[in-house]
Amino acid sequence: MEAAVFILSLVDCCALIFLAVYFVITLSDLECDYINARACCSKLNRWVVPELVGQALATVLMLVSLHWFVFLLNLPVASWNMYRVWKVPMGNMGVFDPTEIHNRGQLKSHMKESMIKLGFHLLCFFIYLYSMILALIND
Amino acid sequence: MLGLWVFVFTVETFSNQSVPLCSHSVSVKEQHALNPGPSQNPVALQPPGPGYMAHQTPYNPMQAKGPMPPGPGLYNSGPYQPVPPVSSNQALPGQPMLKRPPMGPQHSMTPPQSASPNPGSRIPPAHATPPPVSANNYQHAPAWQYGGTPPMGAPPPMAMPPLRPAGNHMTSSPSLATPQASSAEYRATPPVFHNAMQPLCPPTSLQGYTQQGSAPLLMNPMAAPHSYQPGMRAPYGGPPPSVRPTPPTTGPPMGNATPPLGPKTDGHMPTPGNGAQVPNSFDHLEMGPKMAGPLPPQQPSPPTRHMGLSYPSLPPGYQNTSAPPNAATMQHPVQPSTQPYSHPQPYQQPSAGPAQLSPSLSGLSLQSQTPEALRVVNLLQERNLLPLGPVTPPTPCLPQDLQKINCHPEVFRSTLTSIPQTQSLLNKAKLPLGLLLHPFKDLSQLPVVTSSTIVRCRSCRTYINPFVTFLDQRRWKCNLCYRVNDVPEEFMYNPVSRSYGEPHKRPEVQNATLEFIAPSEYMLRPPQPAVYLIVLDVSHNAVETGYLDVVCQSLLENINALPGDSRTKIGFITFDSTIHFYNLQEGLSQPQMLIVSDIEDIFLPTPDSLLVNLNECKELVQDLLRSLPQMFGKTMETQCALGPALQAAFKLLSATGGRVSVFQTQLPSLGVGALKSREDPNQRASAKDIQHLSPATDFYKKLALDCSGQQVAVDLFLLSSQYCDLASLGCISRYSAGSVYYYPSYHQQHNPAGVECFQKDLKRYLTRKIGFEAVMRIRCSKGLSIHTFHGNFFVRSTDLLSLPNVNPDAGFAVQMSIEENLVDMQSVSFQAALLYTSSKGERRIRVHTMCLPVVNSLSDIFAGADVQAITCLLASMAVDRSVTASLSDARDAMTNASIDSLTSFRTSVLTIQQPGLLAPACLRLFPLYILALLKQKAFRTGTSTRLDDRVYAMCQLKYQPLAYVMLMIHPALYRVDDLTDEGALNVSERTIPQPRVQQLSVEKLSRDGAFLMDAGSVIYLWIGRNCNPNFLTQVLGLPNYAAVPLNMNMLPELDTAESQRTRAFVGWLREQRPFFPILHVIRDESPLKASFLQNMIEDRTESALSYYEFLLHIQQQVSK
Repeated sequence: MEAAVFILSLVDCCALIFLAVYFVITLSDLECDYINARACCSKLNRWVVPELVGQALATVLMLVSLHWFVFLLNLPVASWNMYRVWKVPMGNMGVFDPTEIHNRGQLKSHMKESMIKLGFHLLCFFIYLYSMILALIND
Repeated sequence: MLGLWVFVFTVETFSNQSVPLCSHSVSVKEQHALNPGPSQNPVALQPPGPGYMAHQTPYNPMQAKGPMPPGPGLYNSGPYQPVPPVSSNQALPGQPMLKRPPMGPQHSMTPPQSASPNPGSRIPPAHATPPPVSANNYQHAPAWQYGGTPPMGAPPPMAMPPLRPAGNHMTSSPSLATPQASSAEYRATPPVFHNAMQPLCPPTSLQGYTQQGSAPLLMNPMAAPHSYQPGMRAPYGGPPPSVRPTPPTTGPPMGNATPPLGPKTDGHMPTPGNGAQVPNSFDHLEMGPKMAGPLPPQQPSPPTRHMGLSYPSLPPGYQNTSAPPNAATMQHPVQPSTQPYSHPQPYQQPSAGPAQLSPSLSGLSLQSQTPEALRVVNLLQERNLLPLGPVTPPTPCLPQDLQKINCHPEVFRSTLTSIPQTQSLLNKAKLPLGLLLHPFKDLSQLPVVTSSTIVRCRSCRTYINPFVTFLDQRRWKCNLCYRVNDVPEEFMYNPVSRSYGEPHKRPEVQNATLEFIAPSEYMLRPPQPAVYLIVLDVSHNAVETGYLDVVCQSLLENINALPGDSRTKIGFITFDSTIHFYNLQEGLSQPQMLIVSDIEDIFLPTPDSLLVNLNECKELVQDLLRSLPQMFGKTMETQCALGPALQAAFKLLSATGGRVSVFQTQLPSLGVGALKSREDPNQRASAKDIQHLSPATDFYKKLALDCSGQQVAVDLFLLSSQYCDLASLGCISRYSAGSVYYYPSYHQQHNPAGVECFQKDLKRYLTRKIGFEAVMRIRCSKGLSIHTFHGNFFVRSTDLLSLPNVNPDAGFAVQMSIEENLVDMQSVSFQAALLYTSSKGERRIRVHTMCLPVVNSLSDIFAGADVQAITCLLASMAVDRSVTASLSDARDAMTNASIDSLTSFRTSVLTIQQPGLLAPACLRLFPLYILALLKQKAFRTGTSTRLDDRVYAMCQLKYQPLAYVMLMIHPALYRVDDLTDEGALNVSERTIPQPRVQQLSVEKLSRDGAFLMDAGSVIYLWIGRNCNPNFLTQVLGLPNYAAVPLNMNMLPELDTAESQRTRAFVGWLREQRPFFPILHVIRDESPLKASFLQNMIEDRTESALSYYEFLLHIQQQVSK
């Protein structure tokens, strides 16, 4: 059971890592002017909700399997994801708004956020991996 | 997009001009040879000749003001003048072109001007638009007249120039035409072009004029130089030229010059060339910080006058206007106002004495070591801070040669004319760093280059510009990325002079503002035709306002004046709860209306015939326009489906791109994009914070981005009496680079003033220049980057703005940040390149380049602060802040901006701590402007302000050019019951009185006077209860005060001197802006009195501080 939870988390985490890398790549494409803001934002906005779901899934999994430490580790990230979707102004086209992304250093802060998430997911990846192996051994 | 930016220019058209220039250019070369190094370029450009010399002298004072970071060594003061003239003359070798000497008069002229700003601006101030005559230099005008009048007789041209630069050119050209067929061609083209030709050499615009103009320009040349300098200073460059009259001496020479020119352009050209050469020697000299001294000798009388009047910043001028209390009282009995401020004894600065005295000294800059801009002003003590005339932008402390060719401040302006070396230094100064642009401004002269190769940096794609360095003849170093590039073979040949091997003389390297013509081979698609689509609201509410008549009438009248060529297309859509299309295909006997009632899924009924060629189907179009107002006369349909109508418009234009003009009168209520009223009128005044400043839906934004992608711009005309949710609707224009026009309470019968205003604006809107499928890229030197953009456009990538349409009335602002330290750099450059398709189907690139010095001390940063630019940038930032955060946040931020910068000045720059609220002279108006912003419609609280009014004011703050925004923020108040011709401006044979600007305080109003308040989009004429009966009868044509009607919107045309003066003044104010400000004559009982009094920003209101209280508040915070 425990092993199954961590295997699932691991898969989930891999997906989140890929997503984070995708975000970073797309944002840096925008930074380098390879794609335009409209295309970039519509690409990214499409993945905001899946990312949120993936992160929430991992959090819930940890909660139901009563791994408090990992749960608490995941909780802030999950709530941040929800908060940022929730606070999008009505007139904006999503978390990433093509008309705003070049203003007030938003591009940079999005970039920073994605990098931090990437680091976080990598950390989680190893935690899950370790826990999974541990669980498999224990079984 | 990138593809667009890479263009090659193939055509060579200079030949015409080149002829005259040749000889001239040659001489120039020689001189250049003497000068080694990069400086050559600038030099060549600058040295117009003797004329310049004069200019320089005047400048000195200016320089003095500025901090001279580089050190005195750079600038030679005295010697400079003498030298240049000599050199120029010499250069002239053999040239009969004594004309040059005529320039001499210019010199005289210049001095006054010089005092104010730099001559440097080469950009022609004049706008293409009629109003070119800028009001800016009120003071100048008088001076000019004095000087000029006598001379005027001799050189008629002189008189002419002032009036309209553009017009002059045109007129003059004919005379010239005789010699050259080519000249005729030029004329045909926009005035600009013609300039361009000559200008080639004109790096210094002045030179260009004289030279090329040779024959024809005689008149113009004179004007041109004048205009330039004044223009630079003045917000509205255009007018200043008029001042020119002064140059009596020049006048004669001019005349001389002309004759020679007529015979042979060549001869003429040489003269200019000489001028150009001369500069080399000058450049260094000119910079002398304290030229003031020398100036007087040349033209003693006029200069002093000018100085004081025109340039408030100068010590003498300052005295008059804002003089310290003592001086002020002395000079102006009126001054009692000072007393209130002075009362707080503690604040009085004993020490202030010296500072105040200094100005009194004839002073000029000699007085003290600190530049005028840094002169310490105790705001609590000095009440009268407003300059007599317009507030002039500071001059960057660049070597004179560079400054002379620098971009005109009306086009390109920086909040800090000295760029801090590091971000931390910038943070310390607490001033925003940013640029304000007006890139598509109507210019009276603009060099146009058609060339086989457009030379650009290979790594950063910067266009070659006057601020690059030529390492040798074959290599140039980019001033933005510092890459060394090869000079292409074609560039070695100078078509202007027909000489080889002097790339630094090419027009591209001589002009900071110029236009390239891009050949069609390099376009992504063939240039689009001009396409106009009119979308009209015809619901019951709309018909009721009666706007359809006005729109159709205006279109009928101006249908031939719409910019375009034989391919121009036009189409119409009307909508209420359904969408109506009009089939105007050729061959139909009358327009055919097609109704689409399925607004959920909009389709085009006959895709081919809805947009028709205007020339082929003009009759049908006219038929439609004539019948349209009646067609819906009895409609009872109250719903309005704006969203679907916009979708239909987008579909119709997506194949070609173009302009959609939407006329809307109510909240859209049907289909996609329907909105609900979000405003609670009862909360207007009481609400703690203003809600609903951001859009309610992203529909309009998405559609705008779709439009932007298809090169469609949407202009929105909102004519409504109720809430329309401009915050949501405005997005459609904001992101598609359109513009928004709002006429609150528009009604044909009930609001005749609004109707007149709408009519005039519509005329301007329909006939003004337009650029299609445009993009603008703003590049800046390595180390700087753009942080935030303000204006109407879509930012497509980090420095690329997508502008489906660009119009001459659009302004832009960007905030910059310093990413890498600018150590080791003397200067940084900014380049804005606007690529657009003209209405004639020509692909053009307009390039503006500005160069600014880098400094490493806080005091230098403060000395270079441009208070107007800072205010405008802060206003834009505050608009963003109120939308993303809240209005109160934005208000706090603005107040803090003034507190922080003054604190920083006090702690870091001032060595001696004095009591009081101390500000550098260049920022003395900063707290006043901030207070004005807090009381501006956009940001005020506590006063009942309709949400739409507020949002519209915010839109305007963001996309209007600086000059208009400043009037919106801080209106100008004049006393007009005692207008005299003294000090008047002479513009195109009209005498424009120049009353001085009064403080915006009720205490300045006197019951026995009449006051004119110019608030940008509206002008109020307030009549005092005991107003001079003479004024009432002679100007208003009314027997007494009681007879003043409550709604009076025009001045009767009476044949009295007073009436003529007043009308000339009002007319002149109106000419300075593209749109028509309505005049309201008001008296105490008038309903509009409230809005008049709301502009009295120095006074206390129920909810806002008075200026003095505000200062006390700031002082408290500063001394914490």
